[in-house]
Amino acid sequence: MFPNKLLSSTMATISPLLSVKPTRGLVDEKIQIIVRNVPPRFPVTLHSLFHSEDKDYWEAFGHYTSDNRGTVTVSEHASVGGTYEGTEPMGLLWSMHPAPGSRTGLRLRKMNVLTPMVVHISVYSGHVTEGFSKQSPLATVDIERWYLAPGVRRIDIRDEEVKGTLFIPPGTKGPGPFPGVLDLWGGGGGLVEYRSALLASHGFVSMALEYISTEKNRASNLHIKYFEKAFRIVQEHPLVMKDSVALFGLSLGTSITLHMAAYSKAVSPRCCVCVSGSHVQPINSPFKDVSEKFQENRHKIRFDEEGGVIWKDIMLPIPTDPGLKVDMGRIKCPVILIVGEDDQNLAAVESAEDLTQMMRAAGNEHLLTTFRYPGAGHLIEPPYTPHVRASKFMVHQTGEKVTMLWGGYPKPHASAQEDSWEKILRFLQQHLYPSQDSVPKAKL
Amino acid sequence: MSRKVDRVIISPSPLLLIHPSRGLIDEKFSVIVQHLPPFIEITLHALIHSDDGDLWEAFGHYVSDATGLVNVDSNASLGGTYDGLEPMGLLWSMRPVPGSRLGLRLRKKEVNTPVVVTISVYRGHMGQGFNEQTALASVVAERWYMAPGVRRLDITEAGVTGTLFLPSGPGPFPALLDLWGGGGGLVEYRSALLASHGFASLALEYMTPRTSGDSTSHVGNEYFEAAFTLLKQHPQVCGDRIAIVGLSFGASVALGMAVYSTVIQPRCLVCVSCSHVQPVKGSLSDVFADISKYVHNIENRVIWRDLLLPIPTDPTKKVDMGKLPCPVLLIVGEDDQNWPATESAEDMKQMMEKAGNSHLLTTLSYPGTGHLIEPPYSPHVRVSNFMMTQTRQKILVLWGGDTAPHSHAQEDSWKKTITFLEEHLYRTTSVTSQSQL
Repeated sequence: MFPNKLLSSTMATISPLLSVKPTRGLVDEKIQIIVRNVPPRFPVTLHSLFHSEDKDYWEAFGHYTSDNRGTVTVSEHASVGGTYEGTEPMGLLWSMHPAPGSRTGLRLRKMNVLTPMVVHISVYSGHVTEGFSKQSPLATVDIERWYLAPGVRRIDIRDEEVKGTLFIPPGTKGPGPFPGVLDLWGGGGGLVEYRSALLASHGFVSMALEYISTEKNRASNLHIKYFEKAFRIVQEHPLVMKDSVALFGLSLGTSITLHMAAYSKAVSPRCCVCVSGSHVQPINSPFKDVSEKFQENRHKIRFDEEGGVIWKDIMLPIPTDPGLKVDMGRIKCPVILIVGEDDQNLAAVESAEDLTQMMRAAGNEHLLTTFRYPGAGHLIEPPYTPHVRASKFMVHQTGEKVTMLWGGYPKPHASAQEDSWEKILRFLQQHLYPSQDSVPKAKL
Repeated sequence: MSRKVDRVIISPSPLLLIHPSRGLIDEKFSVIVQHLPPFIEITLHALIHSDDGDLWEAFGHYVSDATGLVNVDSNASLGGTYDGLEPMGLLWSMRPVPGSRLGLRLRKKEVNTPVVVTISVYRGHMGQGFNEQTALASVVAERWYMAPGVRRLDITEAGVTGTLFLPSGPGPFPALLDLWGGGGGLVEYRSALLASHGFASLALEYMTPRTSGDSTSHVGNEYFEAAFTLLKQHPQVCGDRIAIVGLSFGASVALGMAVYSTVIQPRCLVCVSCSHVQPVKGSLSDVFADISKYVHNIENRVIWRDLLLPIPTDPTKKVDMGKLPCPVLLIVGEDDQNWPATESAEDMKQMMEKAGNSHLLTTLSYPGTGHLIEPPYSPHVRVSNFMMTQTRQKILVLWGGDTAPHSHAQEDSWKKTITFLEEHLYRTTSVTSQSQL
């Protein structure tokens, strides 16, 4: 066993005190990392290690030098090298990448939200850049990162055709009612629960919906009636306020969100969150014909130097034909638009410009709030989980497996995730909790 | 789309946020309520369903500000089980709900699971009947004695019975021998928490027949020496950095061992609510024989403090503090009704001043504080049930202390205990022990 303490004739044994708080936190909570009791002006490496559900190892590290008191305070000191640089309190989490020797094209997603991600935070002597598993750290602290707050309930929804998972904020004897969210992911399909779990941990009843099936014996359902049914399930839940249900979409989920907000006669969302999406879509025959449109425009698909697939140009130029995009003038509720300027999967910037103009012309631009993030890619997710610029993707229309280029660079993408999540939560709270002026003066 | 207002409840639900929602027992949390109407009265309520099946609760009365916000870090409670600006009052002021059994004490036996606290907001300033009302909002907070990665190991070797808690990481670690008091049994939670702070900690069982091998339930000095040696030789322990943390009787044992044992050489001691008065040449059974002689009652609650008073001048009746070789942190509750902690502390100080080693002594003395000075934020009890280990008799013991000052003392003394232990077990740069304070 390697000695874990540095012993020399001039130095005493080094037993750092490593503290990470909170040791059990929600995924979007910040952590405070402090190293004490190393010699003054001593080089150390802070390292994070995570063993994913898919059995891959992800890691990050930062190089620091202790101050005169032998302390490193990550929120105040700058990393001078590693997977992140500068003063980055959360760098050890968002800058993680697959450990050397890993499979390629990985993406880090927690599918089982009932357990936490366990991350090992260690401090090593010196500025280490590789071979972390072959050395013994000076100290290690394990932390848990949860998508689910204590007391949040998870309920399988298998209502006739609708397949989803409902998450309900804590409270056993009916506090509530709560605002609701229908949570729509993108063309990757499947049932992705973690964002809904996190929204419920923030006080929203949220349903993650599966609409593109990854199972062989289950069809995808892209008909508007399916989404209206799902919306109703949330709206009619006894703990949900009927008039306070939002639509939350990413990528293809945003297309669906805008379509419903503009055209649905059956449901009307109180507000919409649109991440990395577009209003460009064939209006008269929606999503089920998306694959046809896709085939028509295949020639526009480009590739980067590493063979990553770029889909961004498929919808360019933005059509002028009104039959090919959502009539944004019909939107009657507030919309928050989150755009990554380096989105390589979808023409998010061009779409944002076009839909803004449409709303300006129609006189409802005051409903729109847009946040654009330079250097951010397509996959703008809840904060502090690692960014990937490209990853393996199954194209459901054709059954092909490609490496999809999403875009973005680690630091600006991480900042975008952190900032947009905060803005999204505030937007939802602002619009789903009526202001004091609009609450009728109830007798107390 | 208009809707008739036919309900007289606040709609929608205010937002109640606890941060962190999963914390260590000694971590502070913030409690914030948003989206209330402005200037309304609310009650914040905390509820625990203990391992023993009892319900404990606390509550504070607040008024929302102009923006409909209540924040326990900046708003004062106007009444309830605590008042004033008390960010952690919802935890430390808890007491058994009306109708509970008498003499309860809240102690977590199972440290692998958290204490689950339900925090709720109710309309108005309520004092009772919480379970008949619908809360406006409710969240669940978990409070853990064990940080992630801390390992728990049963110890039954070398004749020693206890539980060893190891911090996460490769080690080796400085270590603690953790001794509770005359209540006996194997109490793990303080060791679990200390391991969460980076110390390998052995919670030792020493006051039950199981450990002594006979019916007397008394062990000899060799037992403690064996425990200390076990720690010293453990591959994940730094053999030259071991301290003893003791409460009540355990602290007295610690003092005696540190002065008289050639095997036990702690780097430092933490002695909570203790006395150095004990028959020096005797064993534990002698000590207990002495104790049972002097007991008196007030309202049927046993007060033991006077049995060791007055502090004897006879040197065979108290530990020779002048021979204490290591730093000691003494934590004293000035309203301790169980042991004469204040008088003992004063006498110890005089002995050490006379002998010239008083630089080793640090005393923290807290007014309004009783005997059971434990890790912070768990409820204080002034009285509780106690089982006499020798006779198996059940009595009610008066521990002393008033809830608010006692709780502040727990918070302050715990912080200082951790700092003291870090100072002496992590920061020393030489292996020859006596550090200057």
